[in-house]
Amino acid sequence: MPRWQPVIGLEIHVQLSTESKIFSGASTAFGAEPNSQACAVDLGLPGVLPVLNERAVALAIRFGLAIGASIAERSVFARKNYFYPDLPKGYQISQYAEPIVNHGRLCLTLPSGEEKEIRILRAHLEEDAGKSVHDLFPGQSGIDLNRAGTPLLEVVTEPDLSSAAEAVQYMRTLHTLVRFIGICDGNMQEGSFRCDANVSVKPADSPTLGTRAEIKNLNSFRFVERAINHEIERQIELLESGGKVVQETRLYDPDRDETRSMRSKEDAHDYRYFPDPDLLPIVISADEIAAARAALPELPQQREARYLREFGLNREEAEALSSELPVAEYFEALAAQCGDARQAANWVSGEVFAALNRDALPFSEIRVSSGRLAGLLTRIQDQTVSNSMAKQVFEAMWQGPEDADAIIEARGLRQVTDSGEIEALVDAVISENPDQVAQFRAGKDKVFGFFVGQVMKRSKGKANPQTVNDLVVSKLKT
Amino acid sequence: MSRQDYPSTVAGLSAGLARGEFSSRELVAHCLARIRRQDAALNSFIMVIEDRAFAAADAADARRRAGEAGPLTGIPYANKDIFCTKGVRTTCASRMLDNFIAPYDATVVSRLAEAGMVMVGKTNMDEFAMGSSNETSYYGPCRNPWGVTRVPGGSSGGSASAVAARLVPFATGTDTGGSIRLPAAYCGISGLKPTYGRVSRYGMVAFASSLDQAGPMALTAEDLALTLNAMCGVDARDGTSADVPAEDFSRSLAEPLTGLRIGLPREFFDASLSPAIAAPLQAAIRVLEQLGARCMEVSLPTTRHAIPAYYIIASAECSSNLSRYDGVRFGHRCEAPRDLNDLYTRSRAEGFGAEVKRRILMGTYALSTGYYDAYYAKAQQLRRLIRDDFIRVFNEVDVILGPTAPTTAFGVGQKTADPVEMYLSDIYTTAVNLAGLPGLSVPAGFVDGLPVGLQMIGRHFDEATLLKVANRFQLETDWHQHAPTLKD
Repeated sequence: MPRWQPVIGLEIHVQLSTESKIFSGASTAFGAEPNSQACAVDLGLPGVLPVLNERAVALAIRFGLAIGASIAERSVFARKNYFYPDLPKGYQISQYAEPIVNHGRLCLTLPSGEEKEIRILRAHLEEDAGKSVHDLFPGQSGIDLNRAGTPLLEVVTEPDLSSAAEAVQYMRTLHTLVRFIGICDGNMQEGSFRCDANVSVKPADSPTLGTRAEIKNLNSFRFVERAINHEIERQIELLESGGKVVQETRLYDPDRDETRSMRSKEDAHDYRYFPDPDLLPIVISADEIAAARAALPELPQQREARYLREFGLNREEAEALSSELPVAEYFEALAAQCGDARQAANWVSGEVFAALNRDALPFSEIRVSSGRLAGLLTRIQDQTVSNSMAKQVFEAMWQGPEDADAIIEARGLRQVTDSGEIEALVDAVISENPDQVAQFRAGKDKVFGFFVGQVMKRSKGKANPQTVNDLVVSKLKT
Repeated sequence: MSRQDYPSTVAGLSAGLARGEFSSRELVAHCLARIRRQDAALNSFIMVIEDRAFAAADAADARRRAGEAGPLTGIPYANKDIFCTKGVRTTCASRMLDNFIAPYDATVVSRLAEAGMVMVGKTNMDEFAMGSSNETSYYGPCRNPWGVTRVPGGSSGGSASAVAARLVPFATGTDTGGSIRLPAAYCGISGLKPTYGRVSRYGMVAFASSLDQAGPMALTAEDLALTLNAMCGVDARDGTSADVPAEDFSRSLAEPLTGLRIGLPREFFDASLSPAIAAPLQAAIRVLEQLGARCMEVSLPTTRHAIPAYYIIASAECSSNLSRYDGVRFGHRCEAPRDLNDLYTRSRAEGFGAEVKRRILMGTYALSTGYYDAYYAKAQQLRRLIRDDFIRVFNEVDVILGPTAPTTAFGVGQKTADPVEMYLSDIYTTAVNLAGLPGLSVPAGFVDGLPVGLQMIGRHFDEATLLKVANRFQLETDWHQHAPTLKD
């Protein structure tokens, strides 16, 4: 039993996949020329007004339903007031007292196999700020407001996580979920999924929480784990040497692999939150919620469980096939079309993933539709082609538009199952290799493979391997 | 055609243009000449825009020749300098925005342009619309044409002064706590603050977003109706603009007042109302009764809290709305800032005037941790009670009537030393903004040669009734026809 128990809560900023910003018509596309995607509203020019992007609301509702949360009938945007050069209006529009999503949960399966439920306190809509650019002009800072006004959903957990590993697992599970339900592209390098962690430690038997520090700027799974572990160690060392943890915001520096103080509680801003008078409350009807619920796809964790149960896949396969909606849909369509989920799972996690990886393609650019692939798998099932020949056929399908049958015919890849034809080959191999026959008959079983290999080679791989096996056995033993 | 021959009202000018008695170019030239002659004494304009005005007048004349003129085509007007105008400076009467040119037109400005109106200039106002006397302007105080030692009222003082002096027949204003009605009353013109949401706020520099509302200022209720027709309507760029069916406010102007129920709030006519102001109001009430209206006493007990509630809410919102003026992207920036904090501090210290700073400080205080509940939250509760009070009274009456202001126009400099004394000028107007109701001020007489305003308050989105009452009143009285004598 460790003496100190870490207590961790995460705040994750999920960038919502909308075409335009949350309060303006400017594009949210990443990587444009600085300030080319900042309109008058994003610049905070005098007299302009925010107008809510309904799409962002719809995505927040979808998320709320996916974590079993309650969707607020009425939620309110507030202003968070502070001065910063990349904050054009001098306030950030965010939900404060009345967020759109309340009280959800996300279930983790721990390495022990035990399930753990992480409570999600709230998720609220807000706009992103711009960014300061310090390396472009010597002695001056530039400001790029392209990101200003990008819609974010901030997902806040209760302090339910008890280790850095658990925090990372939660983050991964959430990352999978938001991509699966199509509300976020999950691109962490581009800042689409960012994490702040609240970390404290307490004596294992104490009911009272310790003083927490908030660590900002955690934009990879690795950094989250390292930063939290560092912070836990720092706090334990501090407490064990008789010191006290102070409430503060700390910044993680991945280059030095350390956290350092950014501002203490005393320096904390008074954000002077108040309801934003430019925006009416968001009112969501029961009908809208019902429609969003009906449109929600079966979620990754439920699918994974079903794949284990119905298809007999192992956990690793089930997870790989269920964590992205297009993959899961492809797999399920393929399984239905070829009638063999086991075979479908092998092919998707084998050849399909390998080809995508090799060509560095996203799943959305898959070259072989589930229908075409099912055509090939059917030909394996009816023994038109062997499994290994099928891989050649698949490669040809990947490179071109033809379906399996056309390729099999054109390239003469049809499997030879006629035992007469194969028998002739077996006889030829046996008669041409008397030494090996002698060895086999002397009890050297390994030579068996030599005969099979030779026959397959002479058939150019087209002979049905099972038939070859059977014939070699019967010929050698007589 | 000599200047005396031009009609003074929008309706009159509209008819003259339609009959071809004069062109828009001639009319605009006449207005510009009058501004040149008279405005040095009044300071009602921050800028006059001759070139663009003539170009717009020529376009309006061409439109008329093409048979495509509407009732407002070719009529000159002025915009309060709080409305953004593409390519023309929008200063909000602040040093902060002295150099600011918006890349867009306010919705009000573009709608009036679509109607063919010709902007001749932008009018003086209190800085960021914060003031009741037009004395907080960076460009100096505006004067009242009824006596240049008097204030025109604020914050839309320049618009009221320009209309009263017959420099333009119509000007836009904005009203956050009385900023259209108070100057209308002080300058003896008609001014309407529409229902919150009736007119788009897009492109109108924000003071207090939940209270700000644009409206027309003109000589007659008939002109208010004509111009409101063009200004109002839902706007996709303002989420708080109301999607209510369009109506023609001119159509019901002439309807009789028979059976109309008018409420006279006890709290507006108590001993605190000066007898001098009360007398013309009583006379006006008798006129309306003769027209068939029934007057009855009503009570609005919570309105006595309107001033404190208003100054907390308006200041809180302004403290946030004015944060964007930080010297970073536009507006005034101090010379050679040492660091970021210095840039913020000096740019704002130099760019804002004293009254604006006072409001930002009050609002920041009211929203601070530990004070929010005692001030901002409490003020919002009062706001709901005030609104409920009005809605209750509107179950019994159709219009509420009272004074627009507790006094006539006071002297320039008379109240600048005492902000609270200044704030009390708005005692009858702020409750209307807090409740989001339409309010209209019409001239109802004179005291010592200075105009007295009569305020009418209507139900939400019932501007039509207010305009009808005001129009019928003006058909029976001539207070709105009195023009100040100006030295040439």
